[in-house]
Amino acid sequence: MSSDYRRIVKDGIWDNNIVFAQTLALCPLLAVTGTASNGLGMGLASTAVMVASGLLISLLRNLITPQVRIPVFVLIIAVLVTLTDMFLNAWLHDLHKVLGLFIPLIVTNCAILGRAESFASRNHALPALLDGLMMGLGFTLALVILGASRELLGSGTLFANAALLLGSWARFLELVLIPDYKGFLLIILPPGGFIVLGCLLAGKRLIDRAVAARRRRALEAIDTPAGEAAR
Amino acid sequence: MAGKRILYPALLLGGFSTLATVLLVAGNLVTRDAIQERQREDLLVSLRQVVPESHYSNDLLADPLQLPGPDGTPITIYRGIHDGQVTALAYPISSQGYAGEIRLILGLDATGKILGVRVLTHAETPGLGDGIEVAKSDWILDFNGLSLGDPPQEKWKVKKDGGRFDAFSGATITPRAVVKAIENGLVFYRQQKTRLLEAPLSKGLPVVRVEGALHE
Repeated sequence: MSSDYRRIVKDGIWDNNIVFAQTLALCPLLAVTGTASNGLGMGLASTAVMVASGLLISLLRNLITPQVRIPVFVLIIAVLVTLTDMFLNAWLHDLHKVLGLFIPLIVTNCAILGRAESFASRNHALPALLDGLMMGLGFTLALVILGASRELLGSGTLFANAALLLGSWARFLELVLIPDYKGFLLIILPPGGFIVLGCLLAGKRLIDRAVAARRRRALEAIDTPAGEAAR
Repeated sequence: MAGKRILYPALLLGGFSTLATVLLVAGNLVTRDAIQERQREDLLVSLRQVVPESHYSNDLLADPLQLPGPDGTPITIYRGIHDGQVTALAYPISSQGYAGEIRLILGLDATGKILGVRVLTHAETPGLGDGIEVAKSDWILDFNGLSLGDPPQEKWKVKKDGGRFDAFSGATITPRAVVKAIENGLVFYRQQKTRLLEAPLSKGLPVVRVEGALHE
């Protein structure tokens, strides 16, 4: 059982990452990743919705008939997002001002419905919860990496306005890495999002290929006695 | 049998829709007051940026005035009052920028002199047009203290169009739109001056008409 959970963690963060492997959820992804802080905020909000929807749907899975499952999933996710939006607006208003525009975008995040359909509706509550959390964290990771790359290349800063998002303790995160940087507008604009995302996707392929090649070599080394000696 | 197969999903979907409605109504009831309060605070923060607190002694949000704007849509005007006289005005203005509407808030004193202007929302190009934000550049502060006679109305343009105001390098449309919006706001003041400066009766104070005393 524990290897199943390890599989879920690995799938969510890396192997089946929503952005880097499934290339889903690009609409909210490209919209918010001008800075690392915005990416982080969007990622955490999406994670919260994914965990809650995963848990709810897996608990209700025996109740929901296949014919109406999609409308019911959509309804559950929409209610969760709307409630999140209201609560943030009322009690975390500064965060809502930063993310306000993007929270409704969570509904358009097809990855949430995708996980509901392909995982939560077929598994027990605990794995579904973990899957939601890990998929969400993987999504957050992708958003932060993309946001940080674009922010660094585009404006020479890192985690600008993080204090607005996380509170004043996060001020140490706000770095100006390239002082007097004139900015690289293309990267900040939507085309820059596509370009940087393309580079990151290619980067993940390269890493996966290098890892696979090393594993193959390791296997070959075990097979041959010479390799055994070398180890 | 077939009826039952239809009935269960239908009831299920209906049940979930009802549940969703109930949850949303409850959420709305719980958060409504807090959200209204937050929006009030936001409005007050932006009003305080364009009207210094030394210019009034009332609650700016207490008694807003509604007047039809140049295009017929009503404009909400927040008025600062001191000693029963209208001493400051603040109202939203807008115009079409390079990428959609630019919304600003304009603060004037009773003589029509600009106390401050701030951009509320815009969708201008980052790095080019966003210099209109006070967080990005001091450009918008240049309007402080000006009015429709200073400079004269024909000079309320960017320098490229023969006016008085700087544009940004690489972005003329955005500053042009902002200057236009402010000019329209000042014209609105000139047209509606009498009604704008009519002191409200809310506190039982006599109506004091101040436009005579403050004519330029």
